Amino acid sequence: MTKQKLVVVGNGMAGARAVEEILARGGAEQFDITMFGDEPYGNYNRILLSNVLNGSQNEEEIFLNPLSWYRENNIKLHAGVRVERIVRTSRHVVGNGVVEPYDKAIIATGSRSYLPPVRGLHRSDGSLKPGVFVFRSLDDCRAIAGYAEGRARAVVIGGGLLGLEAARGLQNFGLRVEVVHRGSHLMGQQLDGVAGSILKNTMHAMDVAVHLRKNTEAVLGEDHVTGISFSDGTALDCDMVVIATGISPNVEVAVRSGLTVERAIVADDHMRSPDDPNIFVVGECAQHRGMSYGLVAPLWEQAKVLADHITGANTANAYRGSKVSTKLKVMGVELASMGVTEPEDERDEIIQFTEPKKGVYKKLIVRDGRLIGAILLGDISKAAYLTQAFDRNTPLPEDRLALLFDLGTPSKRVTMDEMPLDTQVCNCNGVSKGALMACVKSGRRTTKAVMDATRAGLGCGSCKGLVEEVIQWAAGGHLEEDPSVHYYVPGVPLNKTDLIRACREQNLKSVSSVFKALAGGKEDAGSKPGLASLLSIIWAGEYEEERDARFINERVHANIQRDGTFSVIPQMAGGVTSPAQLRRIADVAEKYHVPLVKLTGGQRIDLVGVKKDDLPKMWQDLGMPSGHAYGKSYRTCKSCIGTDYCRYGVGDSIALAVRIETYLKGIDSPHKLKMATAGCPRNCSEAMVKDFGAVAVEGGRWELYIGGAAGAHVRKGDILCTVDSPDAVMTYLSRFVQYYRENAKYLERTYSFVERVGLEKIRAIVVDDSEGIAAQLEANLLSSTTAYKDPWKAALTSQVPNEFSSLLRVIQ
Amino acid sequence: MSGNGTERFVTTLGEIPAGEGRTFEIDGKRVAIFHTRAGEVFAIDAMCPHRGGPMADGLVGDATVLCPLHAWKFDLRTGNAITGLCSINAYPTRLDDKNHILLKI
Ligand code: SRM
Ligand SMILES: Cc1cc2nc3c(=O)[nH]c(=O)nc-3n(C[C@H](O)[C@H](O)[C@H](O)COP(=O)(O)OP(=O)(O)OC[C@H]3O[C@@H](n4cnc5c(N)ncnc54)[C@H](O)[C@@H]3O)c2cc1C
Ligand code: SF4
Ligand code: FES
Repeated sequence: MTKQKLVVVGNGMAGARAVEEILARGGAEQFDITMFGDEPYGNYNRILLSNVLNGSQNEEEIFLNPLSWYRENNIKLHAGVRVERIVRTSRHVVGNGVVEPYDKAIIATGSRSYLPPVRGLHRSDGSLKPGVFVFRSLDDCRAIAGYAEGRARAVVIGGGLLGLEAARGLQNFGLRVEVVHRGSHLMGQQLDGVAGSILKNTMHAMDVAVHLRKNTEAVLGEDHVTGISFSDGTALDCDMVVIATGISPNVEVAVRSGLTVERAIVADDHMRSPDDPNIFVVGECAQHRGMSYGLVAPLWEQAKVLADHITGANTANAYRGSKVSTKLKVMGVELASMGVTEPEDERDEIIQFTEPKKGVYKKLIVRDGRLIGAILLGDISKAAYLTQAFDRNTPLPEDRLALLFDLGTPSKRVTMDEMPLDTQVCNCNGVSKGALMACVKSGRRTTKAVMDATRAGLGCGSCKGLVEEVIQWAAGGHLEEDPSVHYYVPGVPLNKTDLIRACREQNLKSVSSVFKALAGGKEDAGSKPGLASLLSIIWAGEYEEERDARFINERVHANIQRDGTFSVIPQMAGGVTSPAQLRRIADVAEKYHVPLVKLTGGQRIDLVGVKKDDLPKMWQDLGMPSGHAYGKSYRTCKSCIGTDYCRYGVGDSIALAVRIETYLKGIDSPHKLKMATAGCPRNCSEAMVKDFGAVAVEGGRWELYIGGAAGAHVRKGDILCTVDSPDAVMTYLSRFVQYYRENAKYLERTYSFVERVGLEKIRAIVVDDSEGIAAQLEANLLSSTTAYKDPWKAALTSQVPNEFSSLLRVIQ
Repeated sequence: MSGNGTERFVTTLGEIPAGEGRTFEIDGKRVAIFHTRAGEVFAIDAMCPHRGGPMADGLVGDATVLCPLHAWKFDLRTGNAITGLCSINAYPTRLDDKNHILLKI
């Protein structure tokens, strides 16, 4: 059978989802698929743009379908091509010089930001005035971020869902942010007056000023924004304006193609245009039974119905409209809303609770014993239950109080057995408990596989915990783990123990030999540094270094910076230096015009912004060893003043720190290793939050802490043991460090390692030598530290061609 | 893949260690040239389209390279993004029998 041609206009959340649903129904056998997208990317999760703006997620993280997805599914993607029209007589889609024939077409053009009639929004050439932004796409996000840098004040026009998210996002750039809103309370569609005013106070408390009943008349400023003025004669100064006053559907393609367009493009219960059985409409651009939706949940339902019809998988299915509920994702605000906000006739009863000081407000509107509307602000613990009752129109229990609060019984989370099959577990992607169960039943045996297949938990992520619980429960304890989570590096299918054994048995001493012997010759770029680290740990002096296996930092022994320059941090054991050393550092900084000299949090000096080409010359002039502030390796040992000068010191913390650093130097390890010694429990060097810390206590004794951290993750170290001499500190330190080096996963800091393996087990091995390997651990570490060579010194005689050249000339 | 110009001699293979890349300036344009462990040569723009990361400092595996700054991954043969949002320009490159690297730009 020859395949039909399916052309999709619009590559956003609805368009791409419709295609996924079609593929899931075997559509790849029926259709050759082509997609047009105005934006030059694959498909991303527009909902999460708020997170990109507020800095909690990267652009890369929000992609639902990267470009590779299109390739893998044989979908031809015209990214960055805007469709002009669909020529229905000859069945062609035309845009920007590209012409594609179709048998079936889907319009999923979404909507754009609505621009209110305000003077001064545009320049004379019709473009938006610099400083005026909308918030709809990734490009908008980038433009806002680019402009915000160095500015002081921003105003968001529009106090709806999107406006408030934009306001919180803009604060991320250090701007003073104000929201102006035309209505008498915030989020007029979802809230009543009381909730609106509580929310206004909550926003104030987060430093977002809100001005209500403000009708914006003009954007001020000749060639860029300087402020805005209102119809009441007042004005606000600002450097930028973000407009969030609603959306208008993109209907131009449909209009030009002669399809019926009212407020949006009209579609029937099969999501077909009533004018043309070969054209389907889905998403925000669609109008169904007089309604169009600006949220994703309805789009998922539409996409399923569309796919059922276009593939013929279930021609009995029909879309009958959606009930909408919203959760606000503004950081620091808990808010859920559904249905009506006020009673509509005398049958309707209101159940209400207010605690304005705490910012808590709950209101339910009940008709004939069923929920027709709810607002939950400040405490959304009952949202899941109420959303379900609202969606399914189920009768509410008699005890109304229990609808608002958890009264101890019945338990907060309905037990898994009792949870109805059609309970929606993931609201972003519309996945029910039943769908998760079916997926587990169909043979998917890992959490990741089920999540990938159903997309549950892959939207905003707030349901991930519940999704995992349901999957666990559905598998009845027969859940398997994804084998690749146990690989030491993704490119070699072995866990760490087996990998070490294979390397030893087959005498694999270089990274390239490991790929040849254990990965079928396939070299995986991302796996190289992990393998280099492991081989260096197990082979010590016999390890065959290959520079290309190292991340650039370890290749040039300096930390790469955002502009491609590097930093130079010489060793300064225990933070102790001397006037001569300081003078040398100062001379070098001047000679090489180092733009920034800074004290680091690791008690040494950083020369920042150095050109790659200058690195070896600077090292030579410094004559100091590398501080390894760039590697997955031993880093520093900080110290405090200790016994010699401090009036409290009971142990010589400086001497111990210097001894530790001199011993460990910069040996490779699975991740960074940071240490500290303190002369007394006042702990001025923060030894309790280090990978390894030694704190002196009365009586010449040292308490040893392991697994501490105070970076992205804060964890107080666990006491390993208390010992009575610096020699004993070195013994347990050596055993622990080597045990970690040999057993931790790549990039696993000790704070995770200690929790994973368990303190008791580590203590048994390191202190009590329960496995009889303590001497071996000490010996293995010694061979690494003995084999260590200062990389800065070694680099001076290195034979690697052009190792430190940032630019080479063409040979003439 | 761009590069319709004439083929020109850039450097010899020995100037770039196996598995690594180096940056060259050719008529004012900066290009990163890679020499893979399989003995092939490839050329792409020197700067990452994301935030300008120096591509020659990236990690190479088979015919792919990882940008050193935020790990976008590109196919060296075509410049296509494997992870990341957009592709990078790649230029036709070959080795002649004297181990000279020839590039069309
Ligand atoms: C230079 C320094 C900041 C400073 O000026 O003080 C620094 C700079 C960087 N830190 Fe740090 N950290 C520095 C002390 C710290 C400390 C404090 C300390 O060492 O006592 C911590 C918390 C302690 C800890 O790690 O437990 C710290 C926790 C981190 C983390 C979070 C690690 C974690 O797992 O929680 C990262 C990210 C990572 O490793 O993935 C990081 C990563 C970085 C990187 C390497 C980011 C990168 O990959 O490029 C920064 C390099 C900037 C540059 O342009 O060179 N840095 N960083 C400090 C160098 C110390 C030194 O002399 O070696
Ligand atoms: C910042 C933000 C936060 C949001 N938060 C939430 C939330 O928390 N919950 C929620 O449910 N919803 C939220 N939404 C709304 C949600 O993102 C939309 O409902 C959803 O993206 C609509 O999907 P769509 O495919 O219809 O439109 P879109 O995702 O806009 O996709 C339409 C695509 O078609 C392209 N296109 C348009 N015209 C053409 C043409 N002529 N040729 C080619 N391509 C064209 C567009 O460029 C666009 O890429 C949010 C939206 C934004 C902007
Ligand atoms: S905290 Fe560390 S990683 Fe973050 S910007 Fe500062 S130096 Fe860089
Ligand atoms: S600069 Fe290359 S990935 Fe960010």
